[in-house]
Amino acid sequence: MQEYAPAAHPGLSAPARTTNGGAPEIVVRGVRERPRGWTAWLSTTDHKKIGLLYIYTTFFFFLLGGVEALLMRLQLAHANNTLIEPPTYNALLTMHGSTMIFLFVVPVLAGFANYMVPLMIGARDMAFPRLNALSYWLFLFGGIAFYTSIFFTPPSAGWTSYAPLSDNAFLPDNGIDAWIFMIHLTGISSLLGAINFTATIHNMRAKGMGWGRMPLFVWTILIYSYLLILALPVVAAAVTMLLTDRHFGTAFFDNTGGGDPLLWQHLFWFFGHPEVYIMVLPAFGMISEVLPVFARKPIFGYKAIAASTAAIAFTSMLVWAHHMFPTPVPEVVLAFFMLSSFAVAVPTGVKVFNWLATLWRGSLVFRTPLYFGCGFLATFVIGGISGVILAIFPVDWYFNDTYFVVAHLHYVLFGGSVFAIFAGLYYWFPKMSGRMMSEALGKTSFWLMFVGFHVTFLVQHSLGLEGMPRRIYWYPNHGNWQTLNLISTIGSFILGTGVLVTVVNVLLSIKNGRRAGNDPWQANTLEWFTQSPPPENNFDVIPRVRSVEPMKDIRREVARRAGQGTETVSQPATTGAT
Amino acid sequence: MPRIRVIRALPRGIRAIRAIRALPRAVPAGIVLALVAAPAAWADALTPESSPSRNAADIHTLYVLALIIGALIFVLVEGVLLTSIIRFRRRRGGAEPAQIRGNTPLEVGWTLGAIAILVVLATVTFAYLGDITTPEKSSGATQVAALHQPAVPGDHALKIGVNGQQYIWRFDYPGPQQVFSYHDMYVPAGTTVTLKITSSDVAHSWWIPKLGGKSDAIPGHTNDTWFRIDKPGTYYGECAELCGNHHADMRARVIVLPPAQFQAWMRRQARDILRSQRLLEISRRLRGQGP
Ligand SMILES: [Cu+2]
Repeated sequence: MQEYAPAAHPGLSAPARTTNGGAPEIVVRGVRERPRGWTAWLSTTDHKKIGLLYIYTTFFFFLLGGVEALLMRLQLAHANNTLIEPPTYNALLTMHGSTMIFLFVVPVLAGFANYMVPLMIGARDMAFPRLNALSYWLFLFGGIAFYTSIFFTPPSAGWTSYAPLSDNAFLPDNGIDAWIFMIHLTGISSLLGAINFTATIHNMRAKGMGWGRMPLFVWTILIYSYLLILALPVVAAAVTMLLTDRHFGTAFFDNTGGGDPLLWQHLFWFFGHPEVYIMVLPAFGMISEVLPVFARKPIFGYKAIAASTAAIAFTSMLVWAHHMFPTPVPEVVLAFFMLSSFAVAVPTGVKVFNWLATLWRGSLVFRTPLYFGCGFLATFVIGGISGVILAIFPVDWYFNDTYFVVAHLHYVLFGGSVFAIFAGLYYWFPKMSGRMMSEALGKTSFWLMFVGFHVTFLVQHSLGLEGMPRRIYWYPNHGNWQTLNLISTIGSFILGTGVLVTVVNVLLSIKNGRRAGNDPWQANTLEWFTQSPPPENNFDVIPRVRSVEPMKDIRREVARRAGQGTETVSQPATTGAT
Repeated sequence: MPRIRVIRALPRGIRAIRAIRALPRAVPAGIVLALVAAPAAWADALTPESSPSRNAADIHTLYVLALIIGALIFVLVEGVLLTSIIRFRRRRGGAEPAQIRGNTPLEVGWTLGAIAILVVLATVTFAYLGDITTPEKSSGATQVAALHQPAVPGDHALKIGVNGQQYIWRFDYPGPQQVFSYHDMYVPAGTTVTLKITSSDVAHSWWIPKLGGKSDAIPGHTNDTWFRIDKPGTYYGECAELCGNHHADMRARVIVLPPAQFQAWMRRQARDILRSQRLLEISRRLRGQGP
């Protein structure tokens, strides 16, 4: 057996190099210090630095997208409001959707995966470090290309850019071209990233880490990567066809020239629905990492969770037309897509039950990551249920393109993905920065976000039920629309405040947080084996993996060598100190 | 399924309840309360617009069924979650939790349970489908739905063409004379109205919430829907597919008239259109712009 040993009692206040009872410690040898400063960030090929660049950049875009959302909510706070002009409103809804999807959720997951996957599988970097850097820079330039359009004419056809509205006959300005450019650049970025992740995960796992011992977050990143590889070329082709329709006289989506506007919808959603799972599956993975650590209990049904991830991904390729139920499509097609959408609900439900069973009879340590984890579960289930309701196509004929759908997608993407991302942020921040985040600010942020979220979006179901279509820049004072919209606007500002509290928490803790030590949570996976933040080569010695929870084995081994009973080490009492 | 009456004005107390409902621990309680205790007052917030047309009523029923199943799952999940949060909090000196890694019969059980629920939902949907998509017969009382069409009592539909254009709806009525209208669609009560929906520029979506589901208007395609309303009245709607800057201004009304009044409107409209076309012709000729 190779020599390994973490600090034996990796408590919160323990510095990285505590020696304990003569147990060996991690020492980094032969690592050349890179020059610090901004050039180091520009030229880096280190997966951790690239991961941080991703996370910083995506959170910046997240705040921009949030401001866009709040501006829309301000306009909708009152019936017949004239605060924002229609072209601006349509630009805002397009920028908000495109930013959150292409510049926040998908790349922030790439950021966490960049940082964590090599550490979790016991690798020293990604398979192709330079390609990894290229991925980041393509993403950044995609975002910049998109946002420069606000100085000219921003795109205004929605994040779905339906043809023929997005054709140059109707939107001749170059906003749509900026959007196409962004899809291309972020698409190539994600594609290269996905190839990199698959190569890394397939080939660079630590000795002993078979498929059945791979952390569930890594499982979801592997499947996220395969989905990206399958789905992205389709949208790349679609936006290229749109580009040639706009500028080079083709008529793929123009019925007057022999094309078909519905082709755009099919191509877009063939990508667009897997994209939803691209955004949700890694978030599921984060939850599957966080819950067992804070429940002090193994994940319930590891195999079922891994298998359901693959099942969701496969089925998600077959459900795209459920976004198109009101279009003229034969009934048999509608029936197929209803049944396939139901089929996705089964593995998703299995995951929810597995997470609940993980918490059940655990010993729940209520730190901020678990707050966000439970918030995720409580919220995501509503998005799942409204998703099943929307899959019933005659019912969807009523709900399609209403605020009910807006509520549903935010329950899935904010209540699901974003809450999970925040759980992941609070969980991994100590590893990435070497410092703990403030629990008080973290819990404040959670409650503001949780309450703000439900105040904003719960009432939007009712708006949809009362017949309010989405993407309208004004509405008359009809029924309860005004009251419900005002509630929603108030909620959105509470939600925004909650997000800002986390931003403040990060900025304060990164300099002043308590030292975290190697393994502040007594977690299960290999990233907690190395120092916080990890040295450039990640691991001096890569331990052999003997189970799905290698850190538990290591702690047990260290305790045995130190002559203690295993119980005292695996008890959270040593960590629980706040 | 009894039709739930919609109460328009939302009393203050309900508003207060709605605010409290945002509190996390009251969420399940609020939903259960809403479903069980005060269905009438909550109908507006929890169900679609009440529907005078059969297809809309069936959609309403399907939705309520799915909502009830969903609410049961919701209560189950949130209940287990809340119980775990309260009961299984770590206590100082508490024993280490049992390291359970799974339970195959349990996992197979809930997988099959989820499948069973969805099979039920799918079966019910297919059972209602025919009623929703197949137009109802017109009631016997209506003799003539459209001008110069043979009257087939009880089995006669009025076919109206709907055309979406940035940012207005155009309606074309059948008959030997050209009759069309913009924004307001006039229909006779008690008659099944079938719509052929298309667009002449970008994608729009035809939707009058109280008349059921929406149908996208796609250039180069036609889409079908229908409704039948027995009492005169006015129904409001607006375009439901982002179609440009003034998407929110693309509104429509369906005005249901007693059959006699409807025919009078058709005749007046035909005459007005003819007259204005002649005037246009004359003014063109006067300006020397050809026929
Ligand atoms: Cu429209």
